[in-house]
Amino acid sequence: MAQPLDADGLALPTAAPAADLAAEDRGLTAARRWWRRFARNRGAVFGLAVFLAVVAMAAFAPVLSPYDPIAQGVGPPSQGPTWAHWAGTDSFGRDMLSRIIYGARIALVVGIVSVLLSMVIGVVLGLVAGYYGGWIDAVIMRVMDGLFAFPIIILAIAMMAVMGFGVKNVIIAVAVGFIAPFARVTRADVLAVKEEPYIEAARLGGVSSLAIIARHVLPNVTAPIIVQAALRVSGAIITESGLSFLGLGPPPPTPVWGSMIAEGRNFIVMAPHISTIPGVALMVTIVGLNLLGDGLRDTLDPRLRR
Amino acid sequence: MADPVLAVRDLVVEFVSDDGVARAVDEVSFTVGRGEIVGLVGESGAGKTLTSEAILGLIRCPPGRVSGEVRFRGQNLLGADERALALIRGKDIAMIFQNPGASLNPVMRIGRQLTEAMAIHLAEARHRLRRRAVDVLTKVGIPSAAARVRDYPHQFSGGMAQRVMIGMGISCVPSLLIADEPTTALDVTIQAQVLALIRQLAREMGMAVLLVSHDLGIVSQMCHRVIVMYAGRIVEQAPVATLFHAPAHPYTRALIACLPGRDGEGRLGAIPGMMPGLKAMPTGCRFHPRCDKAEPRCATEEPKLRQVGADQIAACHLAKSDG
Amino acid sequence: MFRFFLSRIAQTVAVLFTVSVIIFALMRMIPGDPILMMLGDDFSQDAYRRLQVKLGFDRSIVVQYLIWLGDILRGDLGDSYLNQEPVRRLVWDAFVPTSVLVVASLIVGVVIALPSGIVAAMKKNSVWDWGSMGFAIFVYSMPGFWKGIILIWIGSVYLGWFPAVGYVAPWQDFWGGLWRLVLPAITLGTFFSGLVARIVRSSLLEVLDQDYIKAARARGVRQQALVYRHALANALIPVVTVIGLQFGALLGGAVLTETVFGIPGMGRLTVAAILNRDYAVVQGAILLGVFAVVIVNLLVDLTYAFLNPRIRVA
Repeated sequence: MAQPLDADGLALPTAAPAADLAAEDRGLTAARRWWRRFARNRGAVFGLAVFLAVVAMAAFAPVLSPYDPIAQGVGPPSQGPTWAHWAGTDSFGRDMLSRIIYGARIALVVGIVSVLLSMVIGVVLGLVAGYYGGWIDAVIMRVMDGLFAFPIIILAIAMMAVMGFGVKNVIIAVAVGFIAPFARVTRADVLAVKEEPYIEAARLGGVSSLAIIARHVLPNVTAPIIVQAALRVSGAIITESGLSFLGLGPPPPTPVWGSMIAEGRNFIVMAPHISTIPGVALMVTIVGLNLLGDGLRDTLDPRLRR
Repeated sequence: MADPVLAVRDLVVEFVSDDGVARAVDEVSFTVGRGEIVGLVGESGAGKTLTSEAILGLIRCPPGRVSGEVRFRGQNLLGADERALALIRGKDIAMIFQNPGASLNPVMRIGRQLTEAMAIHLAEARHRLRRRAVDVLTKVGIPSAAARVRDYPHQFSGGMAQRVMIGMGISCVPSLLIADEPTTALDVTIQAQVLALIRQLAREMGMAVLLVSHDLGIVSQMCHRVIVMYAGRIVEQAPVATLFHAPAHPYTRALIACLPGRDGEGRLGAIPGMMPGLKAMPTGCRFHPRCDKAEPRCATEEPKLRQVGADQIAACHLAKSDG
Repeated sequence: MFRFFLSRIAQTVAVLFTVSVIIFALMRMIPGDPILMMLGDDFSQDAYRRLQVKLGFDRSIVVQYLIWLGDILRGDLGDSYLNQEPVRRLVWDAFVPTSVLVVASLIVGVVIALPSGIVAAMKKNSVWDWGSMGFAIFVYSMPGFWKGIILIWIGSVYLGWFPAVGYVAPWQDFWGGLWRLVLPAITLGTFFSGLVARIVRSSLLEVLDQDYIKAARARGVRQQALVYRHALANALIPVVTVIGLQFGALLGGAVLTETVFGIPGMGRLTVAAILNRDYAVVQGAILLGVFAVVIVNLLVDLTYAFLNPRIRVA
């Protein structure tokens, strides 16, 4: 990747974040420039494409799926892919393709909603802890440390012991698990931004703390938060499918990739497609999201470029 | 004159990128004589560091591309393979860098880093090398060397660390020491000590020194001869006295004028403008946009280095022998 | 370093305390009568009242917590609702296979991640680089439980080389136990290696850019020694920290892997317990699991302090 150099081989200082402004880039707005950088990373573009495809699948599920996903016996049970059923049928004679398409809904909803929830709560906590400091910071961070010590699945299981199973509780459980990382990232950036002179100036000017946080601190910490969010969505989806696989997710006959894989376990010899195909769908989604998250991180935070 | 220790001829350092080829060092030629202390001076970005790094083959190629000739003991270092270069580095030609704290491996004890270099080049027993390491540290003025040899880099102050680097540099008795901004990162008081050390060692060991610096003041104290670089090219070369009393190139004159204390009124001079970036080189003389003596010819014709005095060469259309 | 040691231990205690409060709170929030749950089949009015007093249900919540904490620290984790066995023994018996699995996966993970990360960094932007990192993202993104099923399908059903499920302790039957661990360790280990390989690569790249590498090269140190003696020592230090941080993820992954491969570890125990509403076991397993994560983090931090001369020799 081209970095402008001066005669001593040192990188010329350029306005962050566009460290390699080609001539054509200079005239464009920040957003277009951002897109150019993002687009150079082929993995990230692929990830974005996958993400959009999954979203489309989820949004247009009723239109796209050939059969009713929970209707049993629309085809012979446990049959591999045929022209009638592109992804085959499961042991109840349900069309796999329709179930996979609808499965995208749960995956996305859980993934996005839980991350949004934890982002809101985590960011607020991080802002408060970072900005006010003192014992508020200490208390919040101790609690976050405690939460952080739980592996997500274990925390989710514990919470579902309390709340019971089902989609809503999966969302809440996963959300709680991700609060800590968001809080930490936010707090770290707030601490860095807090020392900036313009914050001091605003404070001296009599601006209320709330306004300072909202108008000055927050906009400067959004980039890493967005990166965290993108990276966590894939984690949320994996956790949700893991929980569904274990039987703690939405109850049957809801089409969920995790439980579909679990159902197919017993038929792995005779009808491997029942487990394999939802797994492929899940994996492609996760890979796409991970690449997207990586791409976002590389684009928005040049300090971490390799 | 006796054979020079180092003879650089038409050295070119370029960087290849998606946007094209940028030439950072443009046909630089100079020599360093035995026991001579030569200063390589210029602003940041002039190409001095790259020149010094090119000599030892330390520039990553690609994206770099180095051509020309660097003759050391009759061998062109630029054509040599890594193995041959590794034998010369640290033994015949040593180099010290700007930031001594960052130039030492933080997880390795100083003694080990010292003996490592010596073990590579000298065929001596381990324990003797260890003793040599202590001797070297003492020679560069580190107190309690025997104890300090077991310390880690972070336990040394900037000045002490640079002494250690110098020690590592001279441990195998090289013919040439390349010092790239050795005192820039140090306090002023320490600077003088480190420079005095380099001067003393050079004299004792008959070692030549190529001192790269942006500070003319240091160069005036240390060097026998000075080379002035601007925008990748040499613009003037002269013995130190001549350079300071009768500078031929406007840039040299301006640099000297910037030294505090030169101007009678005590005001700090400054050269307007900035060194051009690699992609925006002016036509003709590279310095002409900032030169107060520029003529129309300077914008179109690039001046060649020519003899303007007994020992002096400069690249300026307006330089006369009585400069 | 001693000060660092002390402050880390203090921090660990604080975290353990917070964790215990969280677990206590969660357990108390479970709907239903906790005493009934704990008595299980052993119910009688007398036993009920006795347990009530013993647990301090007639006093404030803080006292209840303290009593609970006291029991935990003494090793009394209650009894399983299902079979009245002491939770402590059940959890400990399950802890061993989980540890074996985790250790095996760690080894597999590191053995894969180190060379691939190093090669990727050394041959940056080459086929080797994209290949290793692509593989890393691939295995990291594959859901562990699905990967396990696929591996069983290939390794056990198709090739017939490995048993599909089951666990044997290596000290009872070394080769047999190890053989049975191959598939699960690959499942969990490759996931782990995906994480670590990328960190190794970026850490090594960052180190290779440092001034001291250039200075060492200027002294005549050759490429191989540069990488393996100078660079790696520095690059691996942050990697050790990351491995510690990811231990929690490893444990989480173990939960699913055990379920797929039928290993009688803590993961399977917890899942079975929650499906059976055996809350005492859930509590005990989670306590032990999270405590293990916290302790491992502490050990990793101490190792880091030991490896980093800036802290070790202040």
